[in-house]
Amino acid sequence: MTMVADRPEGLEEAAVATPEFEKAAERAASRRGFLLSLPAYAYLVLFFAVPLGIVMIYSFATRNRFGGTDLSGWNLDAYRKLGEPIVRDILFRSLWLALLTTLICLVVAYPFAYFIATRTPLVRNLMLVFVMIPFWTNFLVRNYAWRVLLGNDWLFTNISEALGLGERELLFTTSAVVIGLVYGFLPFMVLPLYASIERIDLSLVEASRDLYASGFQTFRRVLLPLSLPGVIAGSILVFVPSLGAYVTPEILGGAKTTLLGSYIVTQFLTARNWPVGASLSFVLMAVMLVATLVYFRTGGRNL
Amino acid sequence: MSSTVQPRGSTKIALTAHSWLVYLFFFAPIFVLIVFSFSDDNNVGRWGGFTLEWYQDFVEHNQLQNAVWVSVRVALLSTVISVVLGTLAALALERFKFRGRKVFDALLYLPIIIPDVTMAVMMLLFFAEFFDILESVFGWDAQKGLGSITISHIAFNISFVSVVVRARLAGMSEVLEEAALDLYATRWKTFRYVTFPQIMPGVAGGALLALTLSLDDVVITQFAAGPGATTLPVFVFGLIRRGVTPLINATSVLMLAASVILVALSLAFQQFSGRGGRPSLRAAREAVSAPPKTNTQIKEGINQ
Repeated sequence: MTMVADRPEGLEEAAVATPEFEKAAERAASRRGFLLSLPAYAYLVLFFAVPLGIVMIYSFATRNRFGGTDLSGWNLDAYRKLGEPIVRDILFRSLWLALLTTLICLVVAYPFAYFIATRTPLVRNLMLVFVMIPFWTNFLVRNYAWRVLLGNDWLFTNISEALGLGERELLFTTSAVVIGLVYGFLPFMVLPLYASIERIDLSLVEASRDLYASGFQTFRRVLLPLSLPGVIAGSILVFVPSLGAYVTPEILGGAKTTLLGSYIVTQFLTARNWPVGASLSFVLMAVMLVATLVYFRTGGRNL
Repeated sequence: MSSTVQPRGSTKIALTAHSWLVYLFFFAPIFVLIVFSFSDDNNVGRWGGFTLEWYQDFVEHNQLQNAVWVSVRVALLSTVISVVLGTLAALALERFKFRGRKVFDALLYLPIIIPDVTMAVMMLLFFAEFFDILESVFGWDAQKGLGSITISHIAFNISFVSVVVRARLAGMSEVLEEAALDLYATRWKTFRYVTFPQIMPGVAGGALLALTLSLDDVVITQFAAGPGATTLPVFVFGLIRRGVTPLINATSVLMLAASVILVALSLAFQQFSGRGGRPSLRAAREAVSAPPKTNTQIKEGINQ
């Protein structure tokens, strides 16, 4: 605050922003901000941070003979169990399916998002609305719709025979789970990709073509690098929920395709090994945290 | 945009065909589901003529009706509470610097990125411990049900609401608020007549998102629900595991319709709030651009 030379007399004490005055104002603002945030803060501490702490404590606990949990005597047994073949297989299968889902979504969504971004504004908005409808539709219902479609002998068998695929059962296989996951999370890939492609100055594409770059070269050297933030954002938004998916494998998968989400739930509802379930939930959360940090690092906040 | 960057020739045909296939992929299952919900055949895979029988079954199914009401009550209650808490949190984070701000910011992001299954486990263990304490300290034998479901939904909805409202606040200049305060409006009046009308689309968007998320959730609710009350998605999930029935088809189509109505509402709201029609905001803007007249005149303008 600069001092004004020809200040009217008598105002010296009252209206001038002295350091003390500014500090007091800052303190008042700080108090106000804290008070405003307090209800949500307190709520999240009680009903989010405390539960998270309880899960952490359980992950260090021991399961007793009766299926209960012994909270005294912390140890790392539950985490050690993650190295066992059964759990390791489930972990790798979940990782593999989540990666596959992400890759398929990327390949399907990129040309689609590019096509939307090069339409006239009216067509573009219309196309986006029709992406938003499945995006907002109940997730359970969307998975169930695939169960109905894949289980429909009359329809599905006829189509797959007409396409020359022969009589094939898809329901309750890993393929069905991947279809369900791609279906569920494709909008998460389309929207950030669209957002980042739409922002690219497309005259760069034109320039590249003018300079005799092939279509593929233009894509590889111009479009892809410029839309990389969208690619990363979309990939994380698809990968993260795919890894922890529970509803889709339960509805579309079979007994042989147990994934991480289902395995965790089983630990709590039927196997009654709460420490193992808690430690796996923690591992899952750690993966998400790392992915989110990457997301923010690459400027995902802007999408 | 010049027309030369538009894909041409075979590229254009391929891209167009691809887009139609993506839409086919998006809507074919939904279409089949809708069609077969009207099929008069107990075998879901066969078309047996048109009927509304399954919708009537839905209306007459007591457990389903109960679940619908639980869902609606939980969704409304959790939305109202999380909109209030989330908006306050957004205002605090965007407009003030305070101690603990960074921790709060991080805490607010966690419910968004945490996997559903982890949060479900958190709720299960929390309520197990919490109810133990309630019983041993207050002698109150609490059960999981409507209350615990609502508590868990608010826990994730606060964050989604605050993100949406913050996005709106971040794009908004503080000049109008400062002007109102300079012109002797109280803090409450500034919020009521200047800030709130401007963030209204964000608040409404956040509310619709909260409603949708609450109506959609299966995993967290399943772990927070007790024998006393379950929501529609959790009940339907239980039914699906026992097999596909025409009744589930009809129920799913109704849930689908509810989602589409919510999307339509949110789109309509964006359209509506995109235009003018906010006299208080206009008055405030005029008050900023024009030299102040008298206090009463400006107050009249703001109160318009």
